[in-house]
Amino acid sequence: MLRMENVSKTYRHRGHVVKALDGATLHIAGGDFVSVVGPSGSGKSTLLLMLGGMLSPSDGRVLLEAASVYDLSPSERAKMRREKVGFVFQTFNLVPYLSALENVQVPLFLAKMGEKAQQDRATALLERVGLADRLDHKPGELSVGQQQRVALARMLANDPAVILADEPTGNLDPDTSQQIIGFLEEFNAEGKTIVMVTHDPRAAKRAKRTLRLLDGAITCQSAGEQAGWQPDSAVA
Amino acid sequence: MRLRTLVLREIFERRSQLLTSFLAILLGITVIVSIKNISHYSEMAVAREMDSLGANVLVLPKSATLQDYYAADMQGETIPEEYVTTLAMSDLAGLDNISPKLSLPVELGGKTFTLTGILPKSEFQAKAAWQGAGIFSRPIGCGASVGMMGSDDKKTLARKRVIETLEDNEVLVGADVAATLGLKDADKLDVLGKTFSVTAVLPQTGTVDDSRIFAHLHVVQDLSHKGPVINAIEVVGCCQEISKGLVEKINHLLPDAKVVTVAQIAASQINVNRMMANLSLMFLVIIVFVGGASIANYMYANVFERRREIGTLMALGANSGLVLRIFLLKALILGLAGGIGGYVLGTILAVTLGPKLAGVVVLPMPLLALLAVGISVGLALAASYFPARRAARLDPCATFQEV
Repeated sequence: MLRMENVSKTYRHRGHVVKALDGATLHIAGGDFVSVVGPSGSGKSTLLLMLGGMLSPSDGRVLLEAASVYDLSPSERAKMRREKVGFVFQTFNLVPYLSALENVQVPLFLAKMGEKAQQDRATALLERVGLADRLDHKPGELSVGQQQRVALARMLANDPAVILADEPTGNLDPDTSQQIIGFLEEFNAEGKTIVMVTHDPRAAKRAKRTLRLLDGAITCQSAGEQAGWQPDSAVA
Repeated sequence: MRLRTLVLREIFERRSQLLTSFLAILLGITVIVSIKNISHYSEMAVAREMDSLGANVLVLPKSATLQDYYAADMQGETIPEEYVTTLAMSDLAGLDNISPKLSLPVELGGKTFTLTGILPKSEFQAKAAWQGAGIFSRPIGCGASVGMMGSDDKKTLARKRVIETLEDNEVLVGADVAATLGLKDADKLDVLGKTFSVTAVLPQTGTVDDSRIFAHLHVVQDLSHKGPVINAIEVVGCCQEISKGLVEKINHLLPDAKVVTVAQIAASQINVNRMMANLSLMFLVIIVFVGGASIANYMYANVFERRREIGTLMALGANSGLVLRIFLLKALILGLAGGIGGYVLGTILAVTLGPKLAGVVVLPMPLLALLAVGISVGLALAASYFPARRAARLDPCATFQEV
């Protein structure tokens, strides 16, 4: 499903070269649930951005299904994100002036779905995450847990094959975090491939396997709780 | 959800931030519309004033003055009638009508009136006060007044008959002459020993013409025993050609005559118009710089503030073109609102203040709405293009907390 082949990313920052990702190679099969852990600045989000077609590598290739993501044109890449990738953000990134319903409608609008169909689908998705009574609420009128659930509904809107979650529980209390991870497990059980960057060991353990990054390099992969949690093992 | 919904929601959510730019464009357009509206009606007033004067260029004897002319052109000096032919045969552009006149004082019923010799058709063409029904309407742009159209049919017919049938024994009498002497159509009138038939009593004009008796030029010349001479040639010149130097050209053609324009009579109105035109230009420049800078500044700030939102849209599958359209649609809405609002406010101001500022009645001009919206939308789009392009090229990585 997702593949990185010897991918590196370097930035120039005030005259210094910073290596955000250093020769990363990995393969994530369809239906996998991978958590990515590591200290701040280790390159976790860079890896996620590259998998999502948002940040081109300095070296190497990123493939989604059989397509080399960065050999596509920008508009083809946008189409790929629209149809195959769903993002979940730590700060939810809901559009503040739109209601919950309208926020979920955004990806459907981008996919050029008719207005009535947009409303029906968005309503159904918000019902699924337990927000049927919050359709007309703006993000500022919702709790953080409810906002993240709106973001989950929005992510599901175009039924993506791949879910890329960047610290989805980072701003949430433990109970709400468990609820969100529960939703991700549910989506994974439906066949979606999930890559989740997290600092939370308990959330990481809920994935099928964990990648550990250090200074831009994948240092180890380990099986998660679902497969029986084990300490760090061999590097890919 | 549609693009329009997305843009409108954002505008209303952050309307206070947009207010300064909106006010800048609204006020600029308001001022431009009101000035244009007032100056249009002021120019029309000048045109009407010129119409009321009839001729706007006079060919007089060298020693004559404008005061002589307005005192019924009875100065002693004369010019040869052949000047009329010289003018008529010339290739000067903008000579709408040429009307030679010879005036003599006559004593009738104990009062002094003016016997004026005219060459009928051309004389009537020159006199806007008698034009009526557009029979002799002048080309648009040369001061023709639409207000002259559609006057009473009966009068028009009467004038037409007079113009075409003014014979040697026929006269037209002014309203004051008719009132003083108790004349009406078909009455007989003895002037300088010759008996004339009153062909028509002319309507009141409020000018010296009310005290005139009009007869054929050649008959008056015979009665004056002065030969083929005239006192003045009234020329109806196209205003545009006058501004291009028609007076100088006539002067060059007739070096022994004095050629003057009567434009100075409307000079104060013309000065107001010139001031309006300059103000309008000045405000256009101000709105372009101040309004444009304000919009561009606001848009750049808006793009910066929304970079996370833009990145999110891109992560959700929006391409650069859509982001560009979001900001340009916002600029379009801002421009439309500023243009329409500015037109409405400017028109209200013009209608209210026009009579006080320029002394003319001002009516709304729907055509100015196009100008207002055109300037406003064009400016908003131009000022927003670069900020919108920056938004479209934003690095979507800003969406993520850690890079």
